[in-house]
Amino acid sequence: MDWDFDDQRPIYAQLVEQVERAVVSGIWPPGSRLPGVRELASEAGVNPNTMQRALAALEQGGLVYAQRTAGRFVTEDEALIADKRRSLAGSLAADFVGNMRALGVNGDELCRLVRAAAEAPKAAGAPP
Amino acid sequence: MTNALSCRGLSKSYGKIGPWALNNVNLDLPSGQIVGLLGPNGSGKTTLLKLACGLLTPTGGTLLVGGAAPGLETKKRVSYLPDRNYLPSWMRTGDLLDYFGDFYTDFDRKKAEDMLKRLELDKKMQLKAMSKGTREKVQLVLVMSRAADLYLLDEPIGGVDPAARDYILDTIISNYREDATVVISTHLIADVEKVLDTVVFLNGGKIGLVSTTDAIRAEQGKSVDTLFREVYRC
Repeated sequence: MDWDFDDQRPIYAQLVEQVERAVVSGIWPPGSRLPGVRELASEAGVNPNTMQRALAALEQGGLVYAQRTAGRFVTEDEALIADKRRSLAGSLAADFVGNMRALGVNGDELCRLVRAAAEAPKAAGAPP
Repeated sequence: MTNALSCRGLSKSYGKIGPWALNNVNLDLPSGQIVGLLGPNGSGKTTLLKLACGLLTPTGGTLLVGGAAPGLETKKRVSYLPDRNYLPSWMRTGDLLDYFGDFYTDFDRKKAEDMLKRLELDKKMQLKAMSKGTREKVQLVLVMSRAADLYLLDEPIGGVDPAARDYILDTIISNYREDATVVISTHLIADVEKVLDTVVFLNGGKIGLVSTTDAIRAEQGKSVDTLFREVYRC
């Protein structure tokens, strides 16, 4: 997967977020095995201890689980993944609405724009 | 647990009465970390590394490597990448593998050969025929192929292009042992900050700040690079 970091927030928080996205979007399917910590750290170009910390936090949240000898796996709990999808989508929507408000776009006009964008044959600015 | 590196009141002057290259430095670096030694030119980074290798002796204070004063025993466990070429320039890469194999019992020749292959470095090439960047890559391969407790890397990415920097950092991440400590001195902070646990700011021979990349980002809402530029604005 592609890793991308901004300059303001802790690397650790960004790793957690990007793994969540990879799971929610199906890049890492339910039940699939994660690469080792070293391998992931090397792929993302980050410190192995930071990657370890992020994976431990994801384990705590249940999105990822460890099996003593076999390594780490993505949860098979589809309801948990759906939950995470809703909360990620919710915060993206809140960001979006905040940005639109700052532009002075509100209420019906905002909904109209969203509907038009959603119905466009190929959503502009959608991730590849 | 013993610290990988520990300094108490460490001072170094190259003259009789100063100026001080290092001035009363207190610093503890635990094992199992990648540490960035960051500071402007002339801040004492190289001096600190040379003291840790036993290439210089302190003017005052003490410095311990894994609990021992620098000497024969610590040199076996410390892998040092100097900021200049110190190897005989007539040697070919293959000769250097033999040389390191003879010198260091912890040198892993197979690992070195694998890395050379991945970097597409020719074993028959002489050091003096290489570009600055290529020479630096060869030296880093040699240094990282040792199973040391402490790696001291003085400007390991200074002379190489941005694409090779990523490869070199990856080489460092994937090759140090889990309980080993890697100290990277550099002023190219933006390139290294994502791989650092601990950040040490050095200025005018004194410790300015010891923190972690993520603590700096969480507390200041900015990257280590941005903070450095603000602190050391000329």
